[in-house]
Amino acid sequence: MNIIVCVKHIPETAEAEIKIDATEKAIEKTGLVFDINEWDDYALEEAVRIKEKIGGAVTAMTAGPKDADSTLRKCLARGADKAIRLADAKFEGSDGYAVAKILHSAIKGLPFDLILTGALASDDGYTMLGPILAEMLGIPHATMVKKIELGDGVAKVNRELEGGLEEIVEVKLPAIFAVQTGINEPRYVSILGIRKAMKKEIKVLGLADVGLSENDVGEAGSWIKIEKMFVPPVEKQAEFIKGTPEDVATKIAEIIKSRGLI
Amino acid sequence: MNEIFVLAEHRQGQIRDITLEMLTKGGELAEKTNTDLTAVLLGKEVKKHAKTLSEYAKKVLLVEDAKLENFNSEAYQKVLSNLINEHKPLLTMIGHTSFGVDLAPSLAAALKLPLATDCIDLEFESETLFITRQMYGGKVNVRATVRKSGSYIVTVRQAAFTAQKPAVSGKIIEVPSPLTEEITEKRFVEYVLPPPGGVDITAADALVGIGRGIKDESNMLVVEELAKALGGVLACSRPIVDKEWLPSDRQVGSSGKTVKPKLYIALGISGAFQHVLGMKNSDLIISVNKDPNAPIFSFSDYGVVDDLFKIVPPLRDKIYELKGRKA
Repeated sequence: MNIIVCVKHIPETAEAEIKIDATEKAIEKTGLVFDINEWDDYALEEAVRIKEKIGGAVTAMTAGPKDADSTLRKCLARGADKAIRLADAKFEGSDGYAVAKILHSAIKGLPFDLILTGALASDDGYTMLGPILAEMLGIPHATMVKKIELGDGVAKVNRELEGGLEEIVEVKLPAIFAVQTGINEPRYVSILGIRKAMKKEIKVLGLADVGLSENDVGEAGSWIKIEKMFVPPVEKQAEFIKGTPEDVATKIAEIIKSRGLI
Repeated sequence: MNEIFVLAEHRQGQIRDITLEMLTKGGELAEKTNTDLTAVLLGKEVKKHAKTLSEYAKKVLLVEDAKLENFNSEAYQKVLSNLINEHKPLLTMIGHTSFGVDLAPSLAAALKLPLATDCIDLEFESETLFITRQMYGGKVNVRATVRKSGSYIVTVRQAAFTAQKPAVSGKIIEVPSPLTEEITEKRFVEYVLPPPGGVDITAADALVGIGRGIKDESNMLVVEELAKALGGVLACSRPIVDKEWLPSDRQVGSSGKTVKPKLYIALGISGAFQHVLGMKNSDLIISVNKDPNAPIFSFSDYGVVDDLFKIVPPLRDKIYELKGRKA
């Protein structure tokens, strides 16, 4: 089975303090650690597990500058067989729709039975890539996927709904599944694996190689144009408790007691 | 007259809250843009929902078909494409839910209409659609413009707007289903609920919610002890369930449980909206996080900017002290 996995190289911000830069349209990237988007990490792991079970090849693909090679190397070290990076200065400012066009331009010429990607990326959170790519390729899709069971020409997948509920849907293959975190447990990469991956080739394709024009990509080819980034207004500001850990612990315990909870 | 469409979301016989939230915001936008608010309801035997929707919208377009009984993006996309092509609404609003994110992007791509997802605010300024949405897990807001079009599609975040019932008595218009052929690519099989665990977090008076900041499974013990001191239980955000440190019935948020305990202590939880949605109505919220700008602090009564592992052990001891006994 030929599986393509679409991944994104993004800054880890869940636990980092982030600042808006001088343009007020982006965040300061210096000092942030970049890695594979968490959702895509699960998608890649799922692809490698399927390959290990039934055979085939996994191709990891991303759109991004040279730095993104480290994410592709990680994919190769984890068990991907090939890596493709789509890169062009004109891609800057692309939203989920423009990125879908970029990836589609490369995917349409490749053999595939299954495409996996993360349900969303934790930087922009658009949550749109999978279904748009599916529409462009004329194949079905399912998002928020928590389990994949491959059958003959069809896959049974569990989709996560709200409130702890899931639904099972049957989808004809080839298809695109946008996976939710927790679908599996991504493996650690061995040092040997990383060393081996350093020798593998990453194929780099530009705008002209994939037959796109400037108007298809970047801000011109996007649906969304960021006008201004700002700190979210605070609805209810917490009262901050300061002091040594002992002092803080005493104050919190007293607050809890004053509410009759101890 | 031009319209604003709101796609009604319903599941297992219930209209979901997001529908009424969107109808409220849609009504406000319709008034400002001098358009009509239209609820779009697809399903099987859903006339009772149509009546409810007619109390919020000027018009309800009702399409009934056995193929629409359960949500299926393939069937929904076909019906909705027909309605959008025919009515050319200024705006189509869909919930940013599991249902909406499976439908809206492919619908927009198929119709070649611009889509803005996960919107927390929307406004038209001289025919340009401005949206507000969040990035980086809610750490920043973005105001953006959507590529100019005669017809836009948006997905709307849950609980971004408060539902209010207007004084409207709308007309229900039955539209014949355009689904003449079988739906072949995608088939709904069934709903499944994960098996219940031993603890019902919705019944606890005190919850200690843990998130990514816990870092390692070996650190579970110290937070478990705090929960025990408070006579409460551990709850968590998604990463903890993903790592299988706690079972999924301990997850708080949009894909987990909604809780309203007397006390919620959030440890190492940044406060992405998916989590906050499930706990923001707790009586007393105290949060500990290393990032002073973590969104969780704007939903908390008290905040501590520090390493949670420095705070939790003395806090546990103080609580036992106030209880008049040793740990």
